[in-house]
Amino acid sequence: MRILNLVKIAFKAIVLNKMRTLLTMLGIIIGVASVIAMLAIGEGSKESIRTTISSMGSNMINIRPGEDTRGGVRQEASAMETLTLDDYYAIKEQADLLTYTTPMVNGSGQVINGSNNWPSSIYGVNPEYLNIKVLDLQSGSMFTDAEVKSASKVVLLGQTVVDNIFPDGEDPVGATIRFGNIPFKVIGVLSEKGENTFGQDQDDVVIAPYTTVQKRILAIDYLNQIMASAASEEQAPDAVTQVTEILRTQHKLADNEDDDFNVRSMEELISTFSSTSEMLTVLLVAVAGISLLIGGIGIMNIMYVSVKERTKEIGLRMAVGGKGSDILMQFLIEAILISVTGGVLGVALGLGATFFIEKFLHWPTSVALYSIVVSFAVCAVTGIFFGWYPARKASALDPITALRYE
Amino acid sequence: MAKEIIKIENLKREFTMGSETVHALKGISYSITEGEFVTIMGSSGSGKSTMLNILGCLDQPTSGTYEIDGVKMKDLSKNELATIRNEKIGFIFQSYNLLARTTAIENVELPLLYNSKVTSEERRERAIKALEMVGLGERLHHTPSQLSGGQQQRVAIARSLVNNPVMILADEATGNLDTRTSYEIMALFQELNKQGITITFVTHEPDIATFSSRTIVLKDGDIIQDYKNHNVQSAAEQLAKLPKENH
Repeated sequence: MRILNLVKIAFKAIVLNKMRTLLTMLGIIIGVASVIAMLAIGEGSKESIRTTISSMGSNMINIRPGEDTRGGVRQEASAMETLTLDDYYAIKEQADLLTYTTPMVNGSGQVINGSNNWPSSIYGVNPEYLNIKVLDLQSGSMFTDAEVKSASKVVLLGQTVVDNIFPDGEDPVGATIRFGNIPFKVIGVLSEKGENTFGQDQDDVVIAPYTTVQKRILAIDYLNQIMASAASEEQAPDAVTQVTEILRTQHKLADNEDDDFNVRSMEELISTFSSTSEMLTVLLVAVAGISLLIGGIGIMNIMYVSVKERTKEIGLRMAVGGKGSDILMQFLIEAILISVTGGVLGVALGLGATFFIEKFLHWPTSVALYSIVVSFAVCAVTGIFFGWYPARKASALDPITALRYE
Repeated sequence: MAKEIIKIENLKREFTMGSETVHALKGISYSITEGEFVTIMGSSGSGKSTMLNILGCLDQPTSGTYEIDGVKMKDLSKNELATIRNEKIGFIFQSYNLLARTTAIENVELPLLYNSKVTSEERRERAIKALEMVGLGERLHHTPSQLSGGQQQRVAIARSLVNNPVMILADEATGNLDTRTSYEIMALFQELNKQGITITFVTHEPDIATFSSRTIVLKDGDIIQDYKNHNVQSAAEQLAKLPKENH
């Protein structure tokens, strides 16, 4: 008996019971659709977190001084003077896994323009800072290395600062403002970045050459931190190790001494957030998987009824020459047809639902190809698994008993 | 001497019911030659149904031999039995056993679906031919619910013919029909028999037996009578003698 004939027979049985088949399929359809939609939502939120963190500079590496105790009083890390410009030069020269490096000193104070003022933070950096933080300029230009060398009194402003000290909307570029008592020339405005994932306003900043901030504002010769970016996200952990080694040599630390500095990459942050959203995805998919299981049980149930109802037909098929294996295949194919058709419709519904979620709820979604392949495979397996037992039962019927069944 | 289609020797069938053994057939021997029209008669409990199941290769004897068309029915597997049913026997049942909501032609095609040697074109051709033989050439696409009892039984007869069996096995084939329709069906059987088809007809109605060429009577698992009918009645003539129905 050719498979094609069996498929025809099974298809006919399905068509003869349209309503019942459709209701049975519904379980599978809903199961598959929810698996696909849930995975799309899970993947989407994971991707959006990753993008947010990347926009903060996912390759970013922070080097800060370590905590220490002085005279019994624990000091704030940034107050430590263990990180110096020499450390910065050593890292810049030796760490080949880093693309960009900048020293950083920061202070806070009042930004003043005429009668308007605004409390903000000033970051003293070198021009590479823009690359590390993935920042763009909205207008004007970044200061140059020469301006760093000469400790020029130039600043770049974040949008929040501009909004507050230039409330009338005039162009800040070229204007002279004051930070504390020191006048600065505004040479550029940073592009708006908005809030980051942690709710910080990334536009409330003032950027100036680190030499200027060191000498003219803070009057210090050490660094608050060194920022760098690894060549790629994957290289970040290796870069961390490399920087650590360079600094240990630089600080002449013996093997038994702890680091007097901290090197951190954004990678840690990403993995924390990824694992949270992954957990959520697993939960969503588990719930969806349960509905798929229930759909499978629905198929088994209906196949049982079908076998019982068609006992006489099975007897007849056996009497006219149908083998046990033919009957088994017929019912198995019927179950697989139901589940696979349900799977196809479920995929379509899942994709549709995902589209509407994205369009009307504005949730980030991302349909993974594997979710379609997997849920489809699960459907076929569900058909075989839940169709097998009833089909086996049908094929094991005794033709004499089946023919006399009323 | 015509070819022996069925050859049965000392056939026994026993059933175990709890601790008791029921001897349904107690050592029966007979043979049927090609072209015969045999009725097997007997009241219920005579072993008629058991005989039918064994003849139809649905059941195996406890002992003795059964040969159909030269094939010994001993120790055959379930699948081999299915193949023999498919290729050598045509079944007709009291309750027609047609597939509901399935057209006449698809019902007739059914046995050929289980024969991989037959292509789908040949299947359709043979099904149409069989339905024409039973006089239903005009009703190929009717479903059982659109056909009368007699017409449904004709479809069943076409189904039994479609695989060119060596023998047609009918089980109370007229049991659900009124006298007129029964005679019509018997006339059809006689016509098929004239064309050389061997028929074994199991029944408990004595008038049906008068249309056959030979009658075997069973009682309590034994043959009590086996006689040639020298005065075969023509079902068509009997039909003409019936009072006309008022429509």
